[in-house]
Amino acid sequence: MNRIKKLLGIVWMLLAPAIICFLIYEAFVKIGIAKPAEKANTILQWSIILIIFTPISIGLFMFGRFALNNEYAHLPESSDELKDE
Amino acid sequence: MITGKTIAMNVEKKQSSIAFVIGASSVGTLIEWYDFYIFGMLATILSKQFFPAEAGTAALLSTLAIFAAGFIVRPFGALVFGRLGDLIGRKHTFLLTLVIMGGSTFAIGLVPGFKTIGWAAPILVLILRLLQGLALGGEYGGAATYVAEHAPKGQRGFWTSWIQTTATLGLFLALGVIILIRSNQGLEKFSAEWGGWRYPFWISIILVGVSVLIRMRMSESPMFSKLKSEGKTSTNPLKESFGNKANFKMVLLALFGAVMGQGVVWYTGQFYAQTFLETVCNIEFVQSRNIMLVAILMATPFFVIFGWLSDKIGRKWIMLIGMLLAVCTYRPIYKEFIAITAANNRTKVIDHRLTKTGPLMPLVDAKDKHKMYVRQVLDTTYMDGSVFKYTITDTLVGFKELGVDRPINLMNPTLIKYHSPKPNIVIEKTMGTSATWDLIWLVFIQILYVTMVYGPIAAFLVEMFPTKIRYTSMSLPYHIGNGVFGGLVPFLGTLIVEFTKTKQNPAGDPLAGLWYPIGVATICLVIGAVYLTNKMDKNVMD
Repeated sequence: MNRIKKLLGIVWMLLAPAIICFLIYEAFVKIGIAKPAEKANTILQWSIILIIFTPISIGLFMFGRFALNNEYAHLPESSDELKDE
Repeated sequence: MITGKTIAMNVEKKQSSIAFVIGASSVGTLIEWYDFYIFGMLATILSKQFFPAEAGTAALLSTLAIFAAGFIVRPFGALVFGRLGDLIGRKHTFLLTLVIMGGSTFAIGLVPGFKTIGWAAPILVLILRLLQGLALGGEYGGAATYVAEHAPKGQRGFWTSWIQTTATLGLFLALGVIILIRSNQGLEKFSAEWGGWRYPFWISIILVGVSVLIRMRMSESPMFSKLKSEGKTSTNPLKESFGNKANFKMVLLALFGAVMGQGVVWYTGQFYAQTFLETVCNIEFVQSRNIMLVAILMATPFFVIFGWLSDKIGRKWIMLIGMLLAVCTYRPIYKEFIAITAANNRTKVIDHRLTKTGPLMPLVDAKDKHKMYVRQVLDTTYMDGSVFKYTITDTLVGFKELGVDRPINLMNPTLIKYHSPKPNIVIEKTMGTSATWDLIWLVFIQILYVTMVYGPIAAFLVEMFPTKIRYTSMSLPYHIGNGVFGGLVPFLGTLIVEFTKTKQNPAGDPLAGLWYPIGVATICLVIGAVYLTNKMDKNVMD
């Protein structure tokens, strides 16, 4: 099981930048084809989406890295295990 | 001497005390959801009153009100109030969120329209909507934590599941109030500047007032009080939650292994289903809402059932099975929505007295006198009692200015410069009893999935984090999962349908939008199945 956890960690690490690239590409396409009257609104919508999804994707990347380093092999069972590392 | 009677009395006292805790917390949370939903449900009228399209920049403010309130301000509210809740206590924090939410909702109902006060109207509404998002971000974590910290050992799933019913019941209350007012007023009166759409906002102040009075009588969470008396509360909850690697790893796991999937299942079952019934299946406005209301009412007890069950068999697999069922059945369910409401699957009533054809109504364009719309309404009745209303609008452009007083002349092709090759057809379907029940069952199944993923999640999140930073740590993943991943279901669903549009198929694949919730729920399911444990933390005092 730990091997699967580690291997999947690579998938999450790759998925994170893929999501960002996809969203940036989509943002450019949608802004490009937006009618002049709707352009500013489309830019605003996609800016909000990118602003919010960038940290989430960074979080997914970090999750993948933790998984790859086998840090989810054991989950804490009491708060003492959550003390500062 | 302790007698059997004394023990029985103590147990009874404890039960009534926890019932009061649940009641007081749930009513407040329910009202907060109600406040948040009425804005979304009345969005069409609100945009006409406050964000008119012809005002240009108003559309930007509208986007900010819709997008920013859900995606940015909700998680931000989770951080602000989560921190406050871990510093000063749960009770005062969620009392504050309730006052902010109620006050801003009531104030939205008082803001005069764009016509009366101009730009001040959309700016005020935007500020108030952002305050609503902020308050909602702080409410849920507080209520869930508060209830969980009062719940007896081994019953945390059961008691916190009452809090979980509030989001759905809030939707039910909002739908009910709007339908009640709308059915007593015509569309024009309801949508006027000071019309009936404002009543749901005003009603909020009464609900919030009552709830504040109840919440003021509540005492602080026993676990937080103990920590405070021992001087062990956190001094910097944000740093301890997200700066401490061990805890941050759990925040990430909660988000990607549980809440992200729960959020999309929740929004698909309760919002996307309604939008789909209205826009793709063309079900009539009130009927589509009634379908949702009945399905919600039937499914709501299952929040408590799955919460109770999670105390017996663990939280993980109930939530993950809910996600798995959603992933496997969403497409067949929505395919069935289309089949049930399709015209070609039913038999027309042969009796032509039941099929009404309205007169041709010519309407000259107010701005362009060369343009005229010729509108006709046709009602087709089917054997199963369904009635499909077709409003066919043809656009004609004449060489000379047109007038409604001489529509017959329009039939003369020499006067017409342009005749729309494909008239615009708006369909409104009122389904017969049997078809309506079929639709209700299909929505019910989706809400059942919601109860599976959402019923146990409060207890699950509470058990993941220590008391001193619980409010902060659980609020952020919850509001990212629901506000961002869930809130994006309609937007990204529509976007994916756009991808499938081609010249041969200009409408695109209506089921394609489901790939977003299916994709997110699948990733969450895999992460949850591989990385989460089914163990319950019996001691949440630490």
